[in-house]
Amino acid sequence: MSGKRRLITVWRIINNGVVNFIRNISLAIAAMAIMVVTLTIVLFSLIVNYTFSHTIYQITNKIDVSVYLKNRVTSAETTKLIGEIRNLSNVQSVQYLSKEQALKAYEQQNSNNQQLIQAATETNNPLPPTIIIKPVNLNNLGQIKSFLNEPNIAALQTDPPSYSGQEKEAIDRITHATNVLQEIGVIAVIVFAVVSVLIIFNTIQMAIFNRRDEIQIMRLLGAGRGYIRGPFIVESIIYGILSAVISVIIINAAFQASSGTLQASSLGLLDIGYANNYFDSHFIVLLTVELALGIVIGAVSSMIATRRYLKFKTR
Amino acid sequence: MILLDRVSKSYSRGGKPSLDRISLHVEPKEFVIVVGQSGAGKTTLMRLLTREERQTSGKIIVGGIDYDKLKDREIPLLRRKIGVVFQDFKLLPNKTIFENVSFALEMVGMGNQEIKNTVPRVLEIVNLTGKEDNMPYELSGGERQRVAIARAIVRQPKILIADEPTGNLDPKHAWDVIKILEKINRYGTTVLLTTHNQEIVNKLKRRVVTIKDGKIVSDRANAGYKI
Ligand SMILES: Nc1ncnc2c1ncn2[C@@H]1O[C@H](COP(=O)(O)OP(=O)(O)O)[C@@H](O)[C@H]1O
Ligand SMILES: [Mg+2]
Repeated sequence: MSGKRRLITVWRIINNGVVNFIRNISLAIAAMAIMVVTLTIVLFSLIVNYTFSHTIYQITNKIDVSVYLKNRVTSAETTKLIGEIRNLSNVQSVQYLSKEQALKAYEQQNSNNQQLIQAATETNNPLPPTIIIKPVNLNNLGQIKSFLNEPNIAALQTDPPSYSGQEKEAIDRITHATNVLQEIGVIAVIVFAVVSVLIIFNTIQMAIFNRRDEIQIMRLLGAGRGYIRGPFIVESIIYGILSAVISVIIINAAFQASSGTLQASSLGLLDIGYANNYFDSHFIVLLTVELALGIVIGAVSSMIATRRYLKFKTR
Repeated sequence: MILLDRVSKSYSRGGKPSLDRISLHVEPKEFVIVVGQSGAGKTTLMRLLTREERQTSGKIIVGGIDYDKLKDREIPLLRRKIGVVFQDFKLLPNKTIFENVSFALEMVGMGNQEIKNTVPRVLEIVNLTGKEDNMPYELSGGERQRVAIARAIVRQPKILIADEPTGNLDPKHAWDVIKILEKINRYGTTVLLTTHNQEIVNKLKRRVVTIKDGKIVSDRANAGYKI
């Protein structure tokens, strides 16, 4: 085939695909409705999953370990200690508060309780110099604890380290819950994705099954495999593109609606405000993922589905 | 042009053959009618010629192509050389009349201008000028069959196979279709027509091959046909 002929053939395949899509619009709508639903679920579960990750990150960030140093600890000792803490693998960041800074922070934290503030004045500052440690992984505080409990390190401290005081237990529980939710989220995303692949594959298979006679006729007229298959693949890719776009529009509309009506931006543990932000800021990526899913599943399914009707009798 | 040598076909392994050692030789430009009652094996014979089915044994050579040496990817090329008309028309339901005919040209990569010139000429031969933009379901049976003929002849094949093309038509329309086949034959195409319509056979006065239970029981020139 010459170059020009090949070009005209490619053009005809695309053109036929588009025309077939329009002429089989009822079949197309039925197939796309199913694709839209599954792609929307996949997209939603993806966003929910990221939102949970974020929530967990935030809660984790609120937890810190405070180390209270004795007043006599020299700045050289302090610097050395901070360096050693930094070297622990489970440490995300280390902040040092001098006696004065600790007092300022204390005043800020308790700005609504004048009595407490009065008790701790500039002249009579009861607050020790403090090292605040943010751990990487909350569930693995053992490393930090055992380091701080080493006798020579403990000797530098006035009090045992505090693990975010009384909040710790509550935070522990929430962390545990979100951890479980996040695991469920990852599994759900995978399950929904797999199920949606299967459902879309089946839908396209059905759509092509309905038109197997057409394939058979074209085959009998001597049309080549690619020339028969091409328009079906183009048509399925159109399904994929439109379904992906529609599912993104649906999610967008859902966020729009929920942010308008729900005063509280949080639905239980799901931080809708963040989910909405995440969706807005990752719009291009999410749209691309959806398009890729729709196009790839559409193309591959139609290729597999047409295969069986293109075989020749061998016996 | 068409050569069959002791060709047999059983649809199931070891089952009763639908065609039993058929030998047939058709010259170029010949008009041959294959007759036989329902179930005699006429359609099976046509399906072997289009390589829709494969013979169980025997040799088939059409237009110099030996079907035993035919590779899968060469089958479309073979089919492009043979025009086929089916009893149930087999038009593409989602394409217009023009597109149904032009499909046969588009798939071989013919240019748009040439297609625009060719298709109306062929539609004129089958008296369908003006129906270009109709869909198949908007046409009568006779018209649909003429579309199918237009599609079969638009590539000017050397051989035209028509399997009971009049089987679903009333006598008047049936005769229109037959007259078109005669016209195509006069232009130089070899025509193989199957039918069990006695009147058509008697009027045509052509070579008649009679099949019964998968066997050729008579093969006569200028023959009539009695059931
Ligand atoms: N696809 C098939 N599978 C099994 N048997 C078939 C098939 N097609 C035809 N036959 C059998 O082959 C014989 C010949 O059928 P056919 O060629 O259709 O006859 P005709 O076209 O002359 O009516 C019949 O007995 C029929 O039942
Ligand atoms: Mg038949």
